[in-house]
Amino acid sequence: MTGPRWLAPLAALGGLLVLLPLIGLVSRVEWPRFWELVTSEASLTALGLSLRTAGTATLVVLALGVPLAFVLHSLRGPMRGIVRALVLTPLVLPPVVGGLALLYAFGRRGLLGEQVGGSVAFSTLAVVIAQAFVAMPFMVVAVESALAARSGRHEAIAGTLGASRTRILLRVTLPALGPALATGAVLAFARALGEFGATLTFAGSLAGVTRTAPLEIYLAREADPASAAALSLVLVLVAISVVALAYRPLRRAP
Amino acid sequence: MSRGPGIAIAALGIAIIGAVIWASSTRDAVDARAHAEGRVELTVFAAASLADVMEPIAEAFESAHGAVDVRLTYGGSSDLAAQIAEGAPAEVFVSADEAQMAAVADHVSGDAAVVATNTLTLVVPAGNPAGVRGLEDLASPGLVSVICAPQVPCGAGTAELATLAGVTLTPASEEQSVTGVLGKVASGQADAGIVYVTDIARAEGVEAVEIDGADAVVNHYMAAALTGAREPGLPALFVEFLTGPEAREVLAAAGFGTP
Repeated sequence: MTGPRWLAPLAALGGLLVLLPLIGLVSRVEWPRFWELVTSEASLTALGLSLRTAGTATLVVLALGVPLAFVLHSLRGPMRGIVRALVLTPLVLPPVVGGLALLYAFGRRGLLGEQVGGSVAFSTLAVVIAQAFVAMPFMVVAVESALAARSGRHEAIAGTLGASRTRILLRVTLPALGPALATGAVLAFARALGEFGATLTFAGSLAGVTRTAPLEIYLAREADPASAAALSLVLVLVAISVVALAYRPLRRAP
Repeated sequence: MSRGPGIAIAALGIAIIGAVIWASSTRDAVDARAHAEGRVELTVFAAASLADVMEPIAEAFESAHGAVDVRLTYGGSSDLAAQIAEGAPAEVFVSADEAQMAAVADHVSGDAAVVATNTLTLVVPAGNPAGVRGLEDLASPGLVSVICAPQVPCGAGTAELATLAGVTLTPASEEQSVTGVLGKVASGQADAGIVYVTDIARAEGVEAVEIDGADAVVNHYMAAALTGAREPGLPALFVEFLTGPEAREVLAAAGFGTP
């Protein structure tokens, strides 16, 4: 499908809007010191923490987001719209609002009480919770759209052959959802990697414990802008490679 | 980053013209010109911690110089300094510390002046649930404390104070800003934090616990006129006003020390 010719200049403008800031970032990197800057102890600690927490958050989102998508898909009537809107809220919440909301739920004075709140406060777990909170909608949306595109015929056939619901889920539905799961996981990981506002508000910032790469960049930008630019570029490269390697646009099921 | 001699010559020229006009003119001359040309704007970049005091000071300046509109922009001093270095059209910079004023030295016209001072204090949630009495309590393992990261001004002061007191701090978090520390303490996430004395007045749900010897670490707020003023002489007038009696009164009422 090719659009009319007048789309091209608009597309070029759109592309520039996305590319120009990236080029600007690259232009500020001090290349002779690049390696030294990104392998500094602070940078490596922050990057390592980011990869660990984003990876864990992705697993959490897989384990909880997929069931959530199934339940959402099984809902009928207005409930479905309401529940979907609620589940997608983190997508549209300003990050600081998300952080405050997490604080009121999991904080020391939050809904779950001092016992739970005290052990979550300022811990790496708090970072994972914040990341899973903001990344969950990506998985739910990906899986729910894939479910909606399925006819259910294969599941019905498996049912008539006597397969249990669990067996149908594990042997028929989930394998067919593979691409959607991959897409959801990749987007969730990328979003978790970039999480900033909720982490800062909710989890705090301590090297090796809660100071992920985005927080390190925010801090370094004050005292050491060259280091901030270098680490930013690394984060951009990680995000681009993850998305390029694993992201495939969803296709309609045959 | 060098922009070549052109900028330097232009800056020098503006500085000389500014100095000449400054030397030969008075407030009245500036005002007369402002009246002749309509209203004049003055763009002031000020440290966020000054937000509450800059409004009344700017209003007093405006009423003393009829035709001037002071446009205030607040932010972290280092953010503002970075914006000035990137060419933001600020005419006066009021920084929360000396380091950030030094960072924009190339853009300063004339001398920077100390306009206010500030000292650090412990901050605890209202009612002081953990019973914090002094700086040494922050070293105890059961107490959750948050401070500013050493890279930002309040954190540099905190580290200096801890060293002077011989206390090893064990913070649960090193925040980017005073606001971050206040937020964690006000919400009860942390039992104690360290902020500036004047920050307490602006925050809800917290109270101060004095630090013995806090006077040993004094933070200096600096103000300076910047190059490229639209109305030569006006930025310097504003800086002078900031160190004058009317501004001092407002600053002192908010808890700032005055030089």
